[in-house]
Amino acid sequence: MSTPESHAHLEFLAGLCRARAGLKVDISRPHLIENRLSPVARREGYPDINELLAAVQARRDDKLIWRVVEAMAQGESTFFRDRAPFELFESEMLPNLARLRGDRPVRVWSAGCGTGQETYSLAMLIDETRGLMPGTQVELTGSDLSERCLEKAQSGLFTQFEVQRGLAARRLVRHFEKRDEMWALTPRLRQMVRWRRVNLIGDLTPLGRFDIIFCRNLIGGMDTPYGAKVLASLAMALADDGYLVLGATETAPIGGIVRPMAGRPGVYARDPAFRAAA
Amino acid sequence: MRLKTCLVVDDSRVIRKVARRILEEIGYEVAEAGDGVDALAWCRAAMPDAILLDWNMPAMNGIDFLRVLRQEPGGQAPVVVFCTVENDIDRIREALDAGASEYIMKPFDGDIIEAKFAQAGLA
Repeated sequence: MSTPESHAHLEFLAGLCRARAGLKVDISRPHLIENRLSPVARREGYPDINELLAAVQARRDDKLIWRVVEAMAQGESTFFRDRAPFELFESEMLPNLARLRGDRPVRVWSAGCGTGQETYSLAMLIDETRGLMPGTQVELTGSDLSERCLEKAQSGLFTQFEVQRGLAARRLVRHFEKRDEMWALTPRLRQMVRWRRVNLIGDLTPLGRFDIIFCRNLIGGMDTPYGAKVLASLAMALADDGYLVLGATETAPIGGIVRPMAGRPGVYARDPAFRAAA
Repeated sequence: MRLKTCLVVDDSRVIRKVARRILEEIGYEVAEAGDGVDALAWCRAAMPDAILLDWNMPAMNGIDFLRVLRQEPGGQAPVVVFCTVENDIDRIREALDAGASEYIMKPFDGDIIEAKFAQAGLA
């Protein structure tokens, strides 16, 4: 991956990912790109990623373009990743909003959910706390850019390796069933989630407003103007008294849009000064 | 400060060696036992803070060992994490009901052991 031709392919790839999904692609680390795209090249029948990118450039086939962009956008997905935001969700965010909403549903959005581990982690907590908040309705939406990821998420099937990363054994036996060598979320959990393909750089208003939005480790990977735009769109989609959860170590252009909540790393509230500038 | 101790109970010497290396890296002093009888002798001499426990072993298997251990003086104290090829949901339930805190299905790696120990409340 060091010929002038391959360099041109990487430049093309970076431009494509920026335009389609607002992604920042670091072309000085070609091995990372190769890790992401080699499986796509293999599935699509190309000998290597150079050939794949040449074909994308020549054919301009929208389906192929999205497979490439989606593969570049995919992040790490594990159950209860970083733990702290889930503890806050269970102990604070959900009970507070359940009280405030009364008969109306609490709307929760797991944005950029990948293969669904974050979304199902939230579903487990909602299910486990149901007894403490009788009558509370929760609407849970999981969204991702990638159709492939959403298909896997929707299947609710995970490997033994995946269910051992971040998931307590007690939760495994409570919320999963064994299906051959795979682990399947119970139908009850799966029915709690609505899955949608959402490109966050697009118009988010059709999704309505949410009380809790998890969008972790995603904005930090975007090209700055797009990251700022997505953050503003999320803030607009957030209820005035809602919570926005970003990655704990994420540096996002937050000023004037959201403000950090004291003592809760990665958790933000809508900035009262923020108004839709559109 | 005293190092935390972990007893690794497995009839495979290779597994014990791999587990020992991982546990020493996360700050444990490690002892080894080849089956439940051997493990019980260890516990009677010096109760460990944690036990990484295989299921299928000669002499006394993991679940029988755990049930006996919990009846011993001081035997409620160790945090027990199963580590076995048994991956039936009923087996996992049985282990948790018998007083195990966590359950690792083989094959495992350092990340899984570290994460499961953290989940079990061990540092």
